[in-house]
Amino acid sequence: MRRGQTPSQTVGPFFAYAMTPEQYGYAYSGIVGSVLTDADSEGERISLVGQVFDGEGTAIEDAVIEIWQADARGRYAHPADERAANTAFAGFGRMGTGTEPDSRFLFETVKPGAPGDGQAPHISVIVFARGLLSHLYTRVYFSDEGAANAIDPALQSVPEARRKTLIAAREETSSGIVYRFDIHLQGEDETVFFGV
Amino acid sequence: MTTSARDWRSHPPLIFPDYKSTALRGPTKPLIPLPETLSERTGPVFGHESLADHDNDLTMNGRVDGEPIGERILVTGRVLGDDGRPIPNTLLEIWQTNAGGRYIHTKDDHDAPFDLNFHGAGRYVTDAAGVYRFTSIKPGAYPWANTANAWRPAHIHFSLFGPSLATRLVTQMYFPNDPLLAVDAIFNAIADPAARDRLVAKFSFDVTEAGFALGYVFDIVLRGRAATPMED
Repeated sequence: MRRGQTPSQTVGPFFAYAMTPEQYGYAYSGIVGSVLTDADSEGERISLVGQVFDGEGTAIEDAVIEIWQADARGRYAHPADERAANTAFAGFGRMGTGTEPDSRFLFETVKPGAPGDGQAPHISVIVFARGLLSHLYTRVYFSDEGAANAIDPALQSVPEARRKTLIAAREETSSGIVYRFDIHLQGEDETVFFGV
Repeated sequence: MTTSARDWRSHPPLIFPDYKSTALRGPTKPLIPLPETLSERTGPVFGHESLADHDNDLTMNGRVDGEPIGERILVTGRVLGDDGRPIPNTLLEIWQTNAGGRYIHTKDDHDAPFDLNFHGAGRYVTDAAGVYRFTSIKPGAYPWANTANAWRPAHIHFSLFGPSLATRLVTQMYFPNDPLLAVDAIFNAIADPAARDRLVAKFSFDVTEAGFALGYVFDIVLRGRAATPMED
């Protein structure tokens, strides 16, 4: 006999002083921020930038995005990954969309490696916002990983016309490598959200 | 070891017309099933080292020059998987209004007083038996823009990780016998009355501390281990 799961409720508009206090300037220490790297992190440094759009195409200023990823060699810092002890990269970030111009989120991280189980390199993303009664799961894949993407089971399970919503475009800018990943909650380009 | 499925009979739908903000924000296309991979079986790990002093005492952690105003409460409970196993060493984050129904957030424009000695956020990591405990002030109800005279019932926001990415949960805890529960669009987005009831804390004399604070019990059930075929 299973116990009934505790239902989800919206994160609401006022999460920042608890979940992302330092980003928003509150006098409370946070547990995590939007910079996943330190001086010793190995791998290619990248920025992951995007916006979250509602059904009218307006960028949402009260969403909070979490990312979870493997290190540059594809290892997760978690006991379920037997290689976890060998990575110093925690792989988790969180950012609200209420402080950057145009309601952007922006993570500083490294490009993850392939996890070694047949999957292409990717970053797992969780979206929370006022108006979202339950969080959403999606994934960032990389535009320069065409061969790996072509055999990734999750990506290949998505109807071909919608796969582009999961692929971040690589741009080499004067300030470094930037992957652009916009999230559309509704509309013609509605992002693929996974039933995790 | 895989995680049990998200039980959508317990969770609210992504679009619920009575809660107006869902109309333009809830995705309209079905979720695409994702068989669990290493990416969902793993997740961020926060242990006791991520806590600071007084992180679970909201009557202490925001003090400037005295005590916060309001009714002191104790909120405790167990974090479990839906398989009944306790979930130890998992991080909870909470946030709430002050006793007057105002969040410290700068965008909260409800005309109720701030409490300079109350921040309204806390954290805890469950012990070996999956138990957590917070000391706080009972939050207040507050108006919101959903309809002309809409009021949110008093609540505490809870954010939990559980053992993996798949067990992530953000929810709200409510208080028993609150007349606003019957008319709240967010609470009533959950169709099943038994599931709604799981969000309402129980008053407890066992938890109540004589001469100090009223006690409430709020157990939280996350996705647990999936049954193996042998157990089905």
